[in-house]
Amino acid sequence: MTLLTLDWILLIEKLVLIVVIILASLGIALYTTFAERKVAAILQDRPGPSRAGPYGLLQPLADGVKMFTKEDIIPNAASKWLFILGPGLAMTASLMTCAVIPWGGTIELFHRKIDLQIADVNIGILYIFAVVSMGIYGIMIGGWASNNKFSLMASLRAASQAISYELAMGLSLIAVLMVTNTLSLGEIVKQQQTGWWNIVYQPLGFLIFFICALAECNRTPFDLPEAENELNFGYHQEYSSMKLGFYLFAEYINMIMSSAVMASVYFGGYDIPFVDDAHVYASIGNWAALIQVGVLLAKVVGFIFLFMWIRWTIPRFRYDQLMNLGWKSMIPLALFNMLVTGALILLRMNHWHF
Amino acid sequence: MNTTQILFWFLSGLALVSALMVLLSKNPIHSILWLILVFFSISGHYILLNAQFLAIVNLIVYAGAIMVLFLFVVMLMNLSKEKEDQKNVWMKLSGIIAGGCFLVSTCNVIFNAQVVSKELAGKTALLKEGSIGLIGPLGKALFNDYVVPFEISSVLFLSAMVGAVVIGKKD
Repeated sequence: MTLLTLDWILLIEKLVLIVVIILASLGIALYTTFAERKVAAILQDRPGPSRAGPYGLLQPLADGVKMFTKEDIIPNAASKWLFILGPGLAMTASLMTCAVIPWGGTIELFHRKIDLQIADVNIGILYIFAVVSMGIYGIMIGGWASNNKFSLMASLRAASQAISYELAMGLSLIAVLMVTNTLSLGEIVKQQQTGWWNIVYQPLGFLIFFICALAECNRTPFDLPEAENELNFGYHQEYSSMKLGFYLFAEYINMIMSSAVMASVYFGGYDIPFVDDAHVYASIGNWAALIQVGVLLAKVVGFIFLFMWIRWTIPRFRYDQLMNLGWKSMIPLALFNMLVTGALILLRMNHWHF
Repeated sequence: MNTTQILFWFLSGLALVSALMVLLSKNPIHSILWLILVFFSISGHYILLNAQFLAIVNLIVYAGAIMVLFLFVVMLMNLSKEKEDQKNVWMKLSGIIAGGCFLVSTCNVIFNAQVVSKELAGKTALLKEGSIGLIGPLGKALFNDYVVPFEISSVLFLSAMVGAVVIGKKD
């Protein structure tokens, strides 16, 4: 079965994996919006959405129907194609991240070993950075194409925030990469299965990465791009209906993906804590892979809860405070972390002699 | 025609068409967006040459960072009026000379490619062979064989940064 010298079975296998992972991320994102409202309600001591379905569980579907059936307005002065391209790019970029995240170990089906990772490229982490920087275009194009100066200012603000925090994020990751000696996410997770989790080696790096991830996802206290009471609404002010839905939804998917990256890089990924995974594989086979997927999802849910907790507890920064924190605290801290890590690695290679 | 050849011709066509569109679009914002597409297709070529690190760094640095700054400048200057002021003759002449020099050196590289690198002769792609574009060999080459030029170029960047700070401090 070789046509065009392609392994068609591999292609089908990967296609199935892509469809499953993307549908699952969309589904999880749908219920993340619901979780956000419920968490907000609990923190503010009120019941939250409770009318649609039991415990309000059908609320996200109702929201989706509402979004779809609203009137879709394209402003007369807007540049039409770019106006449509903006939300599409934002959504695509946030979904593309899932390609390199290892969602679980290997499953054996029909005598084929199937990795629960779409592509284990040897530059996994850099790929994520590239995709994240593509996400900025969705915001900038959308803000510019609206032909509204408030949208434009908000999109410039969003882009400069994302660029500033990407630097510190990259620097904090360099320290992890010096510890792991590899850029492949699959390999990083495998190393953590046998040894300690990377959070043990890189506590400061994780803190910096987490703060930068908050800023990259435009979450409070860094949600300046959509400051409702300062700049009307933000870069998506002119958007309505499902285009607005795409922007809001892309944000939730970004949150899930950055949680998955943090779990993979610092918290062992799909590694089941306190248990030898190879042992579990030997005893229950494929079920072990499913348990691993469940463990990773549990870690992701934990991070998402943390994101929400922060959002409903801490007020928003002012713009100059945001930039000061990014450039004058985060980047020097990340550089310091990198230097200390490098020095310790050199010392260890020299058997702890100066 | 096998898969890599189809990919090669598709990416080449995409790169050429979008490079032309960069020059032909009236609106500078559209030009920038086409230029981003050019970078994407060039990254595709890098992947076909088994240079994944170069491909992704090209995306991060050029498509991700530099083009965002281009967009910033163009959006803030509001160049979308489609007005063009004529440059003077000397500017045009120096532009032609600089472009011509680049053309000559590019042609030189292309015509000597088969002499310089035997692995590439008569091929459109190098899949799973050749490792200079991967991160390990590239890092070793940069920090062993070319460490002095590498450090000198970093000094260049430092001076550019200092210059930017000086300009920014003036007002």
